[in-house]
Amino acid sequence: MSTTTTAPADKLWGGGKSPFNVEYGKLMMWYFLMSDAFTFGAFLISYGTIRFSSVGWPDPNKVFKSYPFAAEHANAPLVFVSIMTFILIVSSVTMVMAVQAGHQMRKKAVVTNLILTIIGGLAFLSCQAWEWHHLFTEGAWWGRNPFPNADGSIASTNFTNYFFTITGFHGFHVFSGVIINIVMLIMTLTNQFEKRGHYLMIEKAGLYWHFVDLVWVFVFTCFYLI
Amino acid sequence: MDHTTHADHAAEARKEIRKVTGILTVFTIVELILGFYMMRVPLDEQSKRTFLKGIIIIFMLAKAFYIVAYFMHMKHEVKNLIMTTAVPLTLFIWFIIAFLYEGNSYKNLRNTYDGHFRDRKEIKAPVKDEHEAVKEIKAVEPKPAGE
Repeated sequence: MSTTTTAPADKLWGGGKSPFNVEYGKLMMWYFLMSDAFTFGAFLISYGTIRFSSVGWPDPNKVFKSYPFAAEHANAPLVFVSIMTFILIVSSVTMVMAVQAGHQMRKKAVVTNLILTIIGGLAFLSCQAWEWHHLFTEGAWWGRNPFPNADGSIASTNFTNYFFTITGFHGFHVFSGVIINIVMLIMTLTNQFEKRGHYLMIEKAGLYWHFVDLVWVFVFTCFYLI
Repeated sequence: MDHTTHADHAAEARKEIRKVTGILTVFTIVELILGFYMMRVPLDEQSKRTFLKGIIIIFMLAKAFYIVAYFMHMKHEVKNLIMTTAVPLTLFIWFIIAFLYEGNSYKNLRNTYDGHFRDRKEIKAPVKDEHEAVKEIKAVEPKPAGE
């Protein structure tokens, strides 16, 4: 239409071009992530509310103090979880590099970085599986909490309930992120993106993966640090 | 597109990734140092602990900003797109203040009017090592069938 083509170039909403300058799928990924942020936010705020309404709370440094292959009474708070945090940051970096390589249509680099990202995601999930197992053998699970409050008084089960629910929900996101990345890897290897002429799909998967890393920044701080 | 500018652009993007990776790593290390330091602060020094927690939260928000702005490329998007995602999320400011205030108020009310709640914090948990705790749980809870 002539009206759309003659619209002034400086008018974003003048028609004839995408006002957000972004592909439909990517825009919707942003909106999905925003709604997911509200879900995680609701969980974490609920956790904060209950913690503020309790007279005592277990000391995370006394709960999360072990690591794989450690001696039975290992006392190394924050060590294992910092390794998990760095694994997720590094896998986020390799994902950025995969997206970057996609921009330049370098298929080989996309494949390498996607594989590294998948390995990072699986490593994180393995760490979490070990931690859950370890806490379970110590007697912690939904509905039971062997850890006393920091001041030595008896704790309620709120601590373990929130811990397992929120890290579980985050772990499920990591798991689906790994699945999405594996699908991306298969699509790259079968030249789907080469045929399309662009790697926009990798960008959307990348957005999801970074969001998972972003949520971990909050979970890590709320449960392990403060 | 000119080949050299394309390469320049890629080099610039790589530089940005390296920079942001460095910042995220440094921030995480600072957070961990603060976390380790906080372990030595006694529980009754509440204001000092709250202050340290506040600093950790500021670092957390800074990390979140760097991930969203650079890794997720939000900084290079159109302003309207940034606004449609960022403005709804400002609701969180209200959520956090309102709910934490509510939780704190509930604690104070129960501490004032609920004797059972008030006494609960005086009951000390029995001191036992973790292996005893496990034995106890195994003894109390019969294994469900099929496990």
